[in-house]
Amino acid sequence: MSTDSAPRRFEPPITDAAEPFWAATRDERLVLPWCTACERPVWYPREVCPDCLDSALEWRPATGRGVVYACTVVHRPQVPALDPPYVVALVELDEGVRLMSNVVGRPPEQVAVGDRVQVTWEPLSDGRRLPLFVPSEPSQPT
Amino acid sequence: MTSLRGAAAIVGVADAASPTGELDLHGRALEAAMIREALDDAGLTLADVDGVCHAQSSVGLAEYLGIHPRFTDSTNTGGSSFEIHAEHAAAAIAAGLCDVVVSVYAATPRSDRRRRHAASQGPSVRRPNLGPNPMAEWEMPYGMRTPMGPYALAASRHMAVYGTTSEQLAQIAVSTRTWASLNPRARYRDPITVDDVLASPMQSSPLHLLDCCLVTDGAGAFVMTSAERARDLRRPPVYVLGAGTSHDHLMISQMPDLTTTPGVVSAARAFRMAGVKPGDVDVLMGYDSFTITALLHLEDLGFCPKGEGGAFVDDGKLGPGGSLPMNTNGGGLSYTHPGMYGMFLIVEAVRQLRSECGDRQVDGAEIAVAHGSGMVLSVMSTLVLGTEGARS
Repeated sequence: MSTDSAPRRFEPPITDAAEPFWAATRDERLVLPWCTACERPVWYPREVCPDCLDSALEWRPATGRGVVYACTVVHRPQVPALDPPYVVALVELDEGVRLMSNVVGRPPEQVAVGDRVQVTWEPLSDGRRLPLFVPSEPSQPT
Repeated sequence: MTSLRGAAAIVGVADAASPTGELDLHGRALEAAMIREALDDAGLTLADVDGVCHAQSSVGLAEYLGIHPRFTDSTNTGGSSFEIHAEHAAAAIAAGLCDVVVSVYAATPRSDRRRRHAASQGPSVRRPNLGPNPMAEWEMPYGMRTPMGPYALAASRHMAVYGTTSEQLAQIAVSTRTWASLNPRARYRDPITVDDVLASPMQSSPLHLLDCCLVTDGAGAFVMTSAERARDLRRPPVYVLGAGTSHDHLMISQMPDLTTTPGVVSAARAFRMAGVKPGDVDVLMGYDSFTITALLHLEDLGFCPKGEGGAFVDDGKLGPGGSLPMNTNGGGLSYTHPGMYGMFLIVEAVRQLRSECGDRQVDGAEIAVAHGSGMVLSVMSTLVLGTEGARS
């Protein structure tokens, strides 16, 4: 292992409830936990559905499509995710849950609330992949 | 003074233990199982619960359960925490602050040893044993700049939905700095302009340095007693006329709507208890960790309609001589901000109502609001304070 002085992204721990989520990322699949009783997705992954306290959660594939709900351009992070500047965003998936992620593939200042996005994958050191998002439509003129 | 005797009752209980000394569940799953069993015992559901007690984080538990309590207690005194939760809950119920309170405990020290050993033999990803930390799994990897990252996200949403501008946010910093110029202990007292704010280095768009709170040392304390006892003491009493609390998330990615804080709920309850409206408020101490925070309070406390905070502050009404004095000590933006700033809201509100503020005194102040914001726009608690004249 070389002495790597470039900043490394903080790699997420794996909690038991999210094992299936992370396992799917190894194959670049985005899956979400659904409560079969309430018929709604639950985010973040947890052991029970918050609404009914019933443990019957079922993992289903997500389309990977969503929209930028909020975004900020980070210039000087304490623990960089990418080479700054980059975008941290809340992405609202079409399934109705909101994830935090990075939006890549467009100059950071041009990412805007309302942009349609599609999941992409960045390798982590243990074979998992992290879901990031790329714009799926051209920029809106400002 | 009314006795607490017989005012509240425990209506559901659950516990889990095994002759093996180990349980199958652990962590939040075990907590959720206990809560469900106790609620079933009571014939109630999670929808009935409006108060939550937890010896580590009532806010984290509530986020996990997806509930929005109005009574919250994270008292941790070790083993006696739960009796104290019961005492606090009984008092809160008796006072009408909440109706149904849940307290929960789960610990698995025996099976944790086995799980830790198994984890150390397996893949290199370390699994947390220190309690639930969804922020580490779902937010930290994406590299927000702290502490302003979550607030920057909120500002971006407010701008996109309501057209709020950086100039309008900057005006809040300008008005607050004007108050600070009247406070000899403020960190920064030189007047600033909107242009100065916009020219200050961007921290996390759209928040510039001067949109953000200070990092300073600071300290404070308050003493409270009964209204009866207060009248015999040294200073004019400042009465608690109303109080209300609400939280609806812990981390920003779980905030239901980034343009609206639980201050809508906490303030409504506090104002109703106090019998006041926003127009009755002489001094507003609203937690200003960032300019966006202050703007959201103005909307959520009902000083202006949702979405109109930008236009509302444009004319400088928050500053000295304005119609809504806000953060008269110079705020977290210009006076001091050691990290948990809410104490200073209370101290300044009290001093204003005692007419002790000298150059920054708001004449004839009788009603003040101290509105605290905790975590990331997550936990709001509103105090309505008043003089003897306001109390009658």
